[in-house]
Amino acid sequence: MDLKSNTPTGPIEKRWQNHKFQLQLVNPANRRKYKIIVVGTGLAGASAGATLADLGYNVLSFCYQDSPRRAHSIAAQGGINAAKNYQGDGDSVFRLFYETIKGGDFRARESNVYRLAEISVDIIDQCVALGVPFAREYGGLLANRSFGGTQVSRTFYARGQTGQQLLLAAYSALSRMIAAGKVQMRPRCEMIDLIVVDGRARGIVTRDLVTGKLEAHLGDAVILATGGYGNVFYLSTNAKGCNASAIWRAHRRGAGFANPCFTQIHPTSIPQAGEYQSKLTLMSESLRNDGRIWVPRKPEDCTKDPRSIPERDRYYYLEEKYPKFGNLMPRDIASRQAKFVCDQGLGVGPEIDGVRRGVYLDFTDAIKRDGVEVIREKYGNLFDMYERITGENPYEVPMRIYPATHYTMGGLWVDYNLMSNISGLFVAGEANFSDHGANRLGASALMQGLADGFFILPYTVADYLARNGPSKGVDENHPAVRSAIKEAEARINQFIEVGQKGTHTVDYFHRKLGMILWNECGMTRNEKGLRKALEEIPKLHEEFRAKVKIVGGGETLNRELEKALRVDDFFELGVLMCLDALERDESCGCHFREEHQTKPDPNVPGSYGGECVRDDERFAHVAVWEWKGEGKFARHVEPLNFEYVKLEQRKY
Amino acid sequence: MASSQVLSFTRTAIGQKALVAVTGIILYGFAFFHALGNLQVFLGREAFNQYAEMLQSMPKLVWATRLVLLVALITHVVLVVRLARRAREAKPAHYRFEERMDPSEGILRRYARQTMLLSGLIILAYIVFHLMHLTVGAVPGLFFVRGMAYENLIYGMRTPWVAGFYLFANLLLGLHLYHGCRALFQTLGLRHPQWDRRSFAMALSITAVIVGTNVIIPIAGLTRLVGGELPEDPQEVLRTGEEKHTVSE
Amino acid sequence: MGETIDLKLHVWRQSGPNAPGRFEDYTHYAKAIPTHASFLEFLDIVNERLILAGIEPIAFDHDCREGICGMCGVVINGRPHGPRKATTTCQLHMRHFRNGEEIWVEPWRAKAFPIVKDLIVDRSAFDRIIQAGGYITARVGSAPDANAILIPKQVAEEAMDAAACIGCGACVAACPNGSASLFVAAKLGHFNSLPQGKPELDRRVLGMVTQHEKEGFGGCSNHYLCEAACPKEISVKWIAKMNRDFIRASLRYAPPVERKEGYG
Ligand SMILES: Cc1cc2nc3c(=O)[nH]c(=O)nc-3n(C[C@H](O)[C@H](O)[C@H](O)COP(=O)(O)OP(=O)(O)OC[C@H]3O[C@@H](n4cnc5c(N)ncnc54)[C@H](O)[C@@H]3O)c2cc1C
Ligand code: HEM
Ligand code: FES
Repeated sequence: MDLKSNTPTGPIEKRWQNHKFQLQLVNPANRRKYKIIVVGTGLAGASAGATLADLGYNVLSFCYQDSPRRAHSIAAQGGINAAKNYQGDGDSVFRLFYETIKGGDFRARESNVYRLAEISVDIIDQCVALGVPFAREYGGLLANRSFGGTQVSRTFYARGQTGQQLLLAAYSALSRMIAAGKVQMRPRCEMIDLIVVDGRARGIVTRDLVTGKLEAHLGDAVILATGGYGNVFYLSTNAKGCNASAIWRAHRRGAGFANPCFTQIHPTSIPQAGEYQSKLTLMSESLRNDGRIWVPRKPEDCTKDPRSIPERDRYYYLEEKYPKFGNLMPRDIASRQAKFVCDQGLGVGPEIDGVRRGVYLDFTDAIKRDGVEVIREKYGNLFDMYERITGENPYEVPMRIYPATHYTMGGLWVDYNLMSNISGLFVAGEANFSDHGANRLGASALMQGLADGFFILPYTVADYLARNGPSKGVDENHPAVRSAIKEAEARINQFIEVGQKGTHTVDYFHRKLGMILWNECGMTRNEKGLRKALEEIPKLHEEFRAKVKIVGGGETLNRELEKALRVDDFFELGVLMCLDALERDESCGCHFREEHQTKPDPNVPGSYGGECVRDDERFAHVAVWEWKGEGKFARHVEPLNFEYVKLEQRKY
Repeated sequence: MASSQVLSFTRTAIGQKALVAVTGIILYGFAFFHALGNLQVFLGREAFNQYAEMLQSMPKLVWATRLVLLVALITHVVLVVRLARRAREAKPAHYRFEERMDPSEGILRRYARQTMLLSGLIILAYIVFHLMHLTVGAVPGLFFVRGMAYENLIYGMRTPWVAGFYLFANLLLGLHLYHGCRALFQTLGLRHPQWDRRSFAMALSITAVIVGTNVIIPIAGLTRLVGGELPEDPQEVLRTGEEKHTVSE
Repeated sequence: MGETIDLKLHVWRQSGPNAPGRFEDYTHYAKAIPTHASFLEFLDIVNERLILAGIEPIAFDHDCREGICGMCGVVINGRPHGPRKATTTCQLHMRHFRNGEEIWVEPWRAKAFPIVKDLIVDRSAFDRIIQAGGYITARVGSAPDANAILIPKQVAEEAMDAAACIGCGACVAACPNGSASLFVAAKLGHFNSLPQGKPELDRRVLGMVTQHEKEGFGGCSNHYLCEAACPKEISVKWIAKMNRDFIRASLRYAPPVERKEGYG
């Protein structure tokens, strides 16, 4: 597998500028001769599609929702980072770069991350120009907040709906190009395979979700911007339709899959209420600024009214274990500690599969200290949301929270040009293995999506087109195209046929898969568990393929069939995630191998250990997996070199 | 975007609706001054008939006003009917339960907005009747003598069904305007948080004057509170009158 | 926690845009519903039972399930998104229903929203309205510094109020005239309030209003049921602003004169 990262060399702050100069351009008159396929209309896909179309290329755009405006970027709440240093508080491009690399636990490429930080500045300008109503100060200047415990305020936000406003801006830009006839939009149309001819990505196979029609779409380059695969866990903060199918099918066609086991868990989601639960809802982490996290010390107290539990019987585990940072510990540690106490039988809330998964987030003290009004002012809308979902009033009863899968750092491997190892196949946004290493900083995913789409792909795709020219000799009748359609057809027919006699619904299997992954490849992993999962998942997959129940045919809107195709891919991805987690025999960022953690230090009072221990000797690299036929994978590595940051261990 | 792609003002619902509001305001204004004039019935026969005569002495003004009002009314009616038809087309099917959409809405408001077309059509019928009755004098069986506006009005109101119809129609007018006086600011985009309450209060007071006057007069006529000095038998008035009069057939 | 209710459930089933539709009684499948489930999870449960019984599941749109993508939406007992104020269908929970309550579930109904299947409607008219002017033209590379144009907090907040629209179509579903005025007005309100949106204001309002007409939506007659149904509580004051902007634009707009290139 060819893993040339094509990262430029030289002084880091000049690399992107120099690289851009090296990239070839396409003559304006020639641009209309090219057709670019963009799958996905989230921040990455919509911004890429709009920008390429504005430059004069023809764009064919796809999303599975009924409108491009509904991509899951819309759900991002917190904000978007940019090294504008509008607050004059010491921020800089280099600081954002440095913190992103460090936050990712030194598992990302320096050049890429620097470029991201550099571009962040332009993103805000572009978004304001497009009409994003970012929060403002009274004087009319843009407001910022500090996010995720950073020392500088560099996060721009639009109430709690930043993702929505950014996406609507990208969508409006895309709409303008649709009106101009440069973008052809195909909503409710799902990519189910990639067409590769002679090692070049030449098109995709899609299924029209309303008519069921399979179609091949051909173009000169393909961009996948299909978002993250957190739904592999069944329960996550992703939208129900989020899937891995586009990137997974590309992987099966030869694209390397990088760091699949790097998945981020967010500590403050509303816990699962029952087995019927279909998704998890995130609450802003800012709640941890004033709320205190605890569980009962005694298992028998776990079903009692929390208000009746006396202070001495409450276990404020974060405050006790990490007196310095307490409830504000980083996402991954706060999440893991919640899992530990719940696994010890101290969790609260409904019991599901024998475990109560929930801890209290208590505002009683904050309300006593600041008064209800102050708390309402700060968190009113979050409290309302919590009450709407749980029916409990957080002003009176402590909230319950639990970690949830939130973001996937892993994804298709790409070089500095965001091109995968398949020539002409570009990957952007959460779908690529991205610039976040083993852990993503808050408010950096939106930034990355727009950087990719507005500011990187327009240059790098042009370079690819300029070097390769319009694709010739591939039409609907090309054998590769016909066989891709045939394969898709056969796969669908297989499900329809089995589905008639099936015994369990798609969700039944998906939930089971999710449970295995959550337990063995979730917040903490160990060799034994991973090996167990690697045995269980393929078995369950087989059972799924033999016993899944699907009513209705393929030539119509059939949600169960859609789900089955996606879950089928999740099964294979699940295996790869466990493999990757097993092979990466270290802890880093969100990948916590129980075998590799710090021990309590007897010389440091209050030291509990439980920190990641990286192994930079063996694992300072990107793991890239190659598909070797059903259930078989080969591991390759792209070494990571650090010239500008010093590798260090996180300490609390 | 070429200009041909833009619909002309009067072909859009917003444009048509704005004309409805403007014509509504014209009718509104007329109704207000008409009501103020009518209040003079309480000053007695002399004053009222003089007022009527004064108006008749300015035929140009009267006809100009009538023309404006006629055009306004026709425009108003034609456009609302067109808008209603369009709305019906846009909503071909209905829900199993209609209209429990906003439980917090007051019953009067809800009723007013739901019945705009109905109240409007009844008002239209009333306007025609009113003109036939007191302007043309063409309602069979009702007293009418040209130049005796006061008597015409009083004797009309003494007929219970006539008074009843006036009463009913004017209450409906009140309902129509209760919605209308909020709506017109919205339709014409004349809303502002600083002014909303004031402008609505103003429109509502004008409505109150119109409806109040138009409701009191039939009641007062029926109960003889006004015009009680006139004999019960209209023929007596005729006999004592200086000129020759006829009762309309 | 484990509380459940039984419901009398009627759901509109329709296999395609032109097929006849009717209510089906699914009371049998709507028993023992956990009160903590959301309305969509309730439909999931019913669907799971239908599937196992060999009946085609009820098709309904949804995605984020957290009230922001605007994809979900059904009419529950005559009210779009159900009985709770400021709540999308996905955020509505079964604890707001009584045991034994009768529930009628229908799709959005409007001529401009043809039914795709069961509870799914085609809202692409909204996209076409946006395409007719719901944007600010700002090419990548052309933007000035984000702080170059000051925007008073008040203005930014107002614009955000309008921009909060999730495009679910509940306003159309609620409107007795099948009008999308609130949707159009919210988008116009967002852009037209901001300094960046002013240069294209007239063209935007004329284009979007024209498209709204062409799509077959009705006009607004100030019922304000849209505002009552809107899960984001968008105010009808934006419709007033749209009306004003439209009237003004109609009076003064002259399309730009196309100049021939190369006369210099
Ligand atoms: C609840 C939540 C809160 C978040 N908050 C923040 C935050 O505050 N700050 C931050 O920076 N990040 C945040 N994130 C992360 C961030 O929102 C995402 O990583 C980012 O928006 C992903 O954008 P995207 O363009 O890559 O993908 P998406 O926005 O997910 O778009 C994917 C697109 O691909 C399409 N698609 C997918 N599969 C297919 C297929 N097979 N065929 C055709 N089309 C397909 C979809 O229709 C969609 O249009 C949050 C994420 C979540 C879930
Ligand atoms: C004295 C006579 C009348 C007056 C003063 C009057 C006044 C008004 C006013 C102020 C409005 C509000 C306009 C708006 O919504 O912005 C209105 C609306 C309306 N009027 Fe009248 N009106 C009169 C007669 C009629 C008649 C005769 C009809 C007959 C059909 C009618 C039908 C309507 C309807 C249906 C509306 C609502 C239109 C809509 O909202 O789309 N009105 N009227
Ligand atoms: S599913 Fe996204 S708003 Fe309801």
